[in-house]
Amino acid sequence: MRTTTPSGMSDTAPRTYAHEIHATGLTVRVGRDRVAVDGLDLSLGTGTHGLLGPNGAGKTTLIRALATVLHPTGGDLELFGHSVRDRSHHRELRRRIGYLPQEFGYYKRFTVREFVTYMAWLKELPDRDIPGAVQRAVERVGLADRADDRLKSLSGGMVRRVGIAQAVVNDPAVLLLDEPTVGLDPAQRLQFRALLQELGRESCVVVSTHLVEDVAAACTDVVLFDRGRLVFQGTPDALASAGTPDQPGDSPLERGYSALLSNSDQGKGSW
Amino acid sequence: MRAARSEGRGTEHPSGRLVRGYAHGDADLSADEAWAVEAHLERCPGCRRRLAALAAEVPAVTALLATVRAGLEPDLDGPAPAPRRRRRAAIWAAPVLGPWLAMVIGVSVVAVLLDRTADWTRTVPTVLLLAPALPLAGVAAAWSRGLDPAFELTAVTPRAGLPLLLRRTLTVLAVLLPVHLAAGLLTGVALAHWLLPSLALTATALALGGVIGVGRATAVLGALWTAAVLAPAVALDRAPLLQPERLPGWAAVLAVGVGVILARRRAYTTPGAPR
Repeated sequence: MRTTTPSGMSDTAPRTYAHEIHATGLTVRVGRDRVAVDGLDLSLGTGTHGLLGPNGAGKTTLIRALATVLHPTGGDLELFGHSVRDRSHHRELRRRIGYLPQEFGYYKRFTVREFVTYMAWLKELPDRDIPGAVQRAVERVGLADRADDRLKSLSGGMVRRVGIAQAVVNDPAVLLLDEPTVGLDPAQRLQFRALLQELGRESCVVVSTHLVEDVAAACTDVVLFDRGRLVFQGTPDALASAGTPDQPGDSPLERGYSALLSNSDQGKGSW
Repeated sequence: MRAARSEGRGTEHPSGRLVRGYAHGDADLSADEAWAVEAHLERCPGCRRRLAALAAEVPAVTALLATVRAGLEPDLDGPAPAPRRRRRAAIWAAPVLGPWLAMVIGVSVVAVLLDRTADWTRTVPTVLLLAPALPLAGVAAAWSRGLDPAFELTAVTPRAGLPLLLRRTLTVLAVLLPVHLAAGLLTGVALAHWLLPSLALTATALALGGVIGVGRATAVLGALWTAAVLAPAVALDRAPLLQPERLPGWAAVLAVGVGVILARRRAYTTPGAPR
């Protein structure tokens, strides 16, 4: 029985929301006039949600909005039942969020442990919990033997795992991972999927990816997203059954993906 | 909280028979009983003490415990991994600050050397021209997407916001002000003459940063300083804005800047400019 997570307090706190993430008519504009998320209605609860979609679909923008990097320009986004429009809740919300950006920037001169420790401090973990939480996060991504090496000495895949470690160090209730499998080799990818499944049992994990097989292997739920709009939400099986054998793709999931996207996009086939 | 949960609710403790059975690994203790005892033991220090007393009489258990302890001991005695120093530094200074501070201190030293060189005959000392604007570089490094590779990450942590920004800015000032104090003493520039503009620019950078982002704010102020102070000084050898009678003006700018920062303290929790 694992009862010693640093965020153990939140286990006993009453929940006042139905879904960790609840967007209604969410619109996020990037730059002056590009609407990257366009009137999105989406509810995500506990589980591992694969956010699929072609490049430029707005996946990264959505994840950044969920991480409170970007502010909604229209509609509303509630995290843990609190609207992100109310900035007085940001601090409290952010304690319960883990975030790995698509472009994971880091301090090259820090060791793995120093970096994750620093992130734990920024996430306001209690000082006495930090060493244990850092060790656990580093072990979870399989970097315990490199914990005291500097980040600049690590390979791309290892750096990615450091990114995952810093995201999970505060045992987040909402974990947002933008393209986390980029740079991982096949064995690491398998381990990572196992970690995703484990995390998704207790928290709301949103993984953006363009790899359909990641979704098939690790996700309980698929969110298919194209040009800022929700195309499909359901189980991987339901996605697979949307496809017909004449659709392009090497697997039922890929065929389902192609079928749903070509329905949403009349100008199909264009890159 | 956890103590209350363990002791407050747990008015029922397992009987001596159950604990003894658990310690001895009795086969007649059913699986659900053993599980219940174990769950209780995890939360109840009192019953753990009872268990320890009973287990001490069971050779098989003491032998096992000794083996486990022997196996763990090397790890327990080893030096705890402690990234203390860098972590402490990072708590006070932006992790990317080092090179910027070094550069700024270098510029200050050059300014002093210029002013102390005998054949350098300017009416406005270089130290006075540069010292007020130099903290801007440190402020930029403290909170900007362009200079901090991990900005996207750190900007959405709970600690992001005005207190963290102020802490990092104060670190910049804590390093730079003594340097400039020394520079002022070496070149005969009065303290108030550079300190007030320096603090005014820093406060304005933070105040403006709440609107357009700290990085952009420092760039704008740096450009303004160059146009309004540096350019006239180089071209005409005059610095009207740095005349002693302008000091109340700088004090007013400082006060306004601090006021705006305090009034808009919430603005600093969103990374960068709100569009």
